Amino acid sequence: MVSVSSPDAPEPTPRRRIRKRRIASLGILVAALGTIGTLYAGLAPSGSAASNSDPSIARGRQLFLQGCASCHGLNAQGGVRAPSLIGVGAAAVDFRVGTGRMPLQQHGPEAPRKRPVYNNAQIQLLAGYVASLGAGPAIPTNLNYQSADVAFGGSLFRTNCAQCHNFAGSGGALTYGKYAPSLSEATPKQIYEAMITGPENMPVFGDKEITPAQKLAIISYIRTIKTEPNPGGAGLGRVGPVTETAVAWLVGIGALVIVTMWIGSRA
Amino acid sequence: MSDHPTTTSESSPQELVPLSEGSPPERATRTTLRYVDDRLGSANFLKRSMDKVFPDHWSFMLGEIALYSFVILLLSGVYLSLFFHASQRVVVYDGSYQPLRGVSMTDAYASTLHLSFDVRGGLLMRQIHHWAALLFVTSIVVHMFRVFFTGAFRKPRTINWHIGVGLMVLAILEGFAGYSLPDDLLSGTGLRIAYSVAESIPVVGTYVVYFLFGGDYPGQDIISRLFIIHVLLVPGILLALISAHMMILWHQKHTDFPGPGKTEHNVIGTKFYPGFFLKTNGFLFMVFGVCAALAAFAQINPVWLYGPYDAGQVSAGSQPDWYILFLEGSLRMMPNWETHLWHHTISWNILIPGVVIPGIMFTLMAVYPAIESWVEKDKGFHNLLDRPRDKPVRTGLGVMSLTFYMVLVIAGANDILASTFHWSLQATTWVLRVLIIVLPPIAFKITKRICLGLQHHDAALLHHGVETGIIRRLPSGAYIEVEEPLAPQKAETLAAQIGYDHDGHPPALAGSTNGHAAADGGISRPVGALAKTRSKLESFWDEPREDIPDPHVPDDAEHH
Repeated sequence: MVSVSSPDAPEPTPRRRIRKRRIASLGILVAALGTIGTLYAGLAPSGSAASNSDPSIARGRQLFLQGCASCHGLNAQGGVRAPSLIGVGAAAVDFRVGTGRMPLQQHGPEAPRKRPVYNNAQIQLLAGYVASLGAGPAIPTNLNYQSADVAFGGSLFRTNCAQCHNFAGSGGALTYGKYAPSLSEATPKQIYEAMITGPENMPVFGDKEITPAQKLAIISYIRTIKTEPNPGGAGLGRVGPVTETAVAWLVGIGALVIVTMWIGSRA
Repeated sequence: MSDHPTTTSESSPQELVPLSEGSPPERATRTTLRYVDDRLGSANFLKRSMDKVFPDHWSFMLGEIALYSFVILLLSGVYLSLFFHASQRVVVYDGSYQPLRGVSMTDAYASTLHLSFDVRGGLLMRQIHHWAALLFVTSIVVHMFRVFFTGAFRKPRTINWHIGVGLMVLAILEGFAGYSLPDDLLSGTGLRIAYSVAESIPVVGTYVVYFLFGGDYPGQDIISRLFIIHVLLVPGILLALISAHMMILWHQKHTDFPGPGKTEHNVIGTKFYPGFFLKTNGFLFMVFGVCAALAAFAQINPVWLYGPYDAGQVSAGSQPDWYILFLEGSLRMMPNWETHLWHHTISWNILIPGVVIPGIMFTLMAVYPAIESWVEKDKGFHNLLDRPRDKPVRTGLGVMSLTFYMVLVIAGANDILASTFHWSLQATTWVLRVLIIVLPPIAFKITKRICLGLQHHDAALLHHGVETGIIRRLPSGAYIEVEEPLAPQKAETLAAQIGYDHDGHPPALAGSTNGHAAADGGISRPVGALAKTRSKLESFWDEPREDIPDPHVPDDAEHH
């Protein structure tokens, strides 16, 4: 501590200085404890605070404690094995649990899509509970994608999505065992939720990067190419020339070699 | 073999006989010849051609698949060229494919969409063209397998082998130019890679791509230039080389496998007309049929899904057609090495996998006949083929090269493999990097071992006959299995294939006195490094064929 003393002011005696300092320290301590206590009371999640506001949130919490808390913690604060869910929002819960990715089957580079464990009502309760913990993206409703511009959606899709999900949304590999899943089973709501929450390795596409109308256009394009037939015959998985290679060698030249042997045998 | 006209090329020319005489095929030949001769007076030439004898083995018809897919390519290509616009002018699509309406694209892409959706039969033709293209390159490769593994490339057919290698390289180029034309997202990605590969060549690279693309990528000129390359330049050279290939084949006559009555100086088989002519025409329609069936039932190159090319976009899982996949694989496998020298970058990461490796591969392929004849000191003519097992080193080297190639192809699809089988992409790449070094020698060893095993099996068959499964007890108390000798014709064929000469002497053993060394009056010691290498290679190539017994030496009955 450096005290700057002016030559005019009388020097305080050492005893008074010590007493003054003790009072100041005590004041700071009381103020700090008070602030922390208030902040704790205000910010820390407490069971009683949530349960007395809305019965559905209490039921959601009950489901959470049974099925999720072992990894995500009793108050969804996260732990060694799972991240905190405070502030992830209802959309993230609806996407993860609704596509069966949560509860997690096993730890790995990517959670695969599987049959959901919870029914829709239970998912809504869980989502409601997690949403009550902190503000986050809500579950989108009224996705009127049918009237969106398909062709514009296609351009946006190719610019923003195709480099991972492939040109027809068939999925593709990412680094170290991670992958961008196929979009063939994703519902419009799930595609929208994925864009606003960025699950797994997907980036978040906020409303300032891709507006809600543009999101609907993308969904419209994905739905259109998913439902449109393959005009040229079997689609061969829509993964590009690799399956065409297999067909050319196994079916094409295979059939022709058999034909050759057949013609060769009737000399 | 007995109920159809089997002829040797040495058969005496037919005299003028009444039209009504002889078997139906003979009558057919005679009628046709008379008709043409009465009008053109060219019967002698035609007669010689029609009597040309083709051997009957099925594998000799594989090259025809390539020939007929080329015919299909020419025909369907003409139809496509009536509707395709080779232009990079930007237009706004307003055709019938809804998900692209209103999108800006080049005229090349728009006209491909128009061709696919609004031209009658357009999509079918496009798919026939593309499947035929895949089959064209595929059948060239399969045909080359046959030629390589049976030694049909040896003197006097080395020039035809070189033409064949040239045809294959041109077919690959032609295919690449062709699928780059629609200017869709996938083909543009491929062109971007080709641009970078050419650019990686030191000193001249940047100039070459600037001239070729008419400026920085993508430029304005590449589609129209590729179009002329694809529809005129390369097909013209292909056509000329195919003609040369077939004229040489016609002139030199076809090779055949060894067998009873077959020598280095005759051909046994079916006459060109009518037998072979009918067969080969039937084959033409079969190839047509397979292409049409594939085109009708299996979608290929769905350009409408890829979208128009945009330098800012790329799709996951962007792969080339299969014949470029090995280049894609070598690029994907290559570590990211670069050298910076005096403000210049040498991109080893592109130069080696994109230019050096394919250069080495195609060069080795072209010079292999010369290498083999040099090592074996073989300057002779060969009209009889080898069975793959009888040349273990050649077969081993072939399988070794194919293994190397296959690892490259698989690496080209590393992301599809990784996402299909849930492997780590990095681990896949690293495993393939190891395999490309480890697998080829293993493949060589295994193949050579299998070949030697098959040789031993043949010798045992010839020498001891077929095991009957009947166990007999000898008066002495010993048990033996009764062996039945091969049928005479089978035995004769097998003996010829193994290499017994007509007097029944076994094939010459390398290093033994009846080898080439004896002709010089003894085994000479090689002098000089090159000669020593050659001598070492030769002993490696012609490892003594053990266990091939001389049938004239009485067998020791109790050797079991």
